[in-house]
Amino acid sequence: MSTTNYISKVVPDATAALEGLEDNMTVMFGGFGLCGIPENSITAIREKGTTGITCISNNAGVDDFGLGLLLHTRQIKKMIASYVGENDEFERQMLSGELEVELIPQGTLAERCRAAGAGVPAFYTPAGYGTEVAEGKEVRVFNGKPHILEHAFDAPFAFVKAWKGDKAGNLIFKGTARNFNPMMAMAGKITVAEVEELVEVGELDPNSIHIPGIFVQRIFQGVGYEKRIEQRTVRAKSE
Amino acid sequence: MGLSKDQIAQRIAQELRNGWYVNLGIGIPTLVANHIPQGINVEFQSENGILGMGPFPFEGEEDADLINAGKQTITAMPGASFFSSELSFAMIRGQHVQLTVLGAMEVSDSGDIANWKIPGRMVKGMGGAMDLVASAENIIVAMQHTNRAGESKLLPECSLPLTGVQCVKKIVTDLAVLEVHPERGFILLERAPGVTVNEIQSKTAGRLVVEGDVPEMQL
Repeated sequence: MSTTNYISKVVPDATAALEGLEDNMTVMFGGFGLCGIPENSITAIREKGTTGITCISNNAGVDDFGLGLLLHTRQIKKMIASYVGENDEFERQMLSGELEVELIPQGTLAERCRAAGAGVPAFYTPAGYGTEVAEGKEVRVFNGKPHILEHAFDAPFAFVKAWKGDKAGNLIFKGTARNFNPMMAMAGKITVAEVEELVEVGELDPNSIHIPGIFVQRIFQGVGYEKRIEQRTVRAKSE
Repeated sequence: MGLSKDQIAQRIAQELRNGWYVNLGIGIPTLVANHIPQGINVEFQSENGILGMGPFPFEGEEDADLINAGKQTITAMPGASFFSSELSFAMIRGQHVQLTVLGAMEVSDSGDIANWKIPGRMVKGMGGAMDLVASAENIIVAMQHTNRAGESKLLPECSLPLTGVQCVKKIVTDLAVLEVHPERGFILLERAPGVTVNEIQSKTAGRLVVEGDVPEMQL
């Protein structure tokens, strides 16, 4: 046996990872607030100038970081998110009608990603029953409780960020930077993973892998992570 | 004189039971963690993916990869765990989390809650609130009894877009502790120290049930 025993997912950098990304696509971005966002991929998309993007992401970044960067350049046509506060440019574009916005419950957002990756076309959830989120959706009662039918997403591209990854695309996340990254990795037809540390196969303990490489099509070593903190809260040493 | 925000949190903390997993929303609910009664062990869940959330870090020890759902830097307690958003909401919808404490703009006397949108003025999104209120067994709302204009936030019907229907079980405001009964309305359980039943009545627009002598809260 002279061949390698793994399928390499490595691409040289963020720019190479965008091959096939075209205008008017639906794209997932991992992260919660600014925690665990694919910083390198966002910058590369900004440079590539891809427009008409429908973004699926829990949040929309802040004015000058995260997806806020793509809002400023008007590359985003529609935002599908659960919470979009803390972004003035977002609010301006939404109120003026330049940006389409669909707000959905956070758990439903997560499950619609998971379902997409798991081959489940739709599912029932109690979240949003009796609210405007349920308008036009099928309602069915299970165990005496009403639920609404929600569908899996369909995303040609997903951009995620992990702490460590190996050349086979296996991923390990750190702390609460995991958030939406695993299920978006599952959901993307082409999932691009950027990592703080890209290692050789065999260096990661198989028991510790959070997302197996089968869900990752492209992986690259990220550079220059800013990892900005949105709300710096501390306590005094005396407490 | 009603309760301060910290006192509202202190009163809610009395509702904690040993062994509960608890999700605290942003604002007053976050303060509940500062008032856990002696002898009560609970774990705090934050829906962005941590169980066993600890206090804010010491200055210089902040970690950008360790935040709560309010995007604040936090710490992890011994025994803590991290997980994905999908697993986090499995815990919530699957009723593995025993108590949810959250803020509200309005609550109706049948237990409907509105807290995510003011049409034409403020649209920040529902975040995890719709999932939380649709599934939690115990939901306590922490809020002021009236809004900035002095109008009651305890209404016959919510006027704002709903977050959930018939889900709120208890409300702790600066003036009172109330149980929500879907048919009977707001049942007055306790008064804030020095606050009269008349004052509570006058500031409650929805149906208020007053039975016998209503005791003062013990803080």
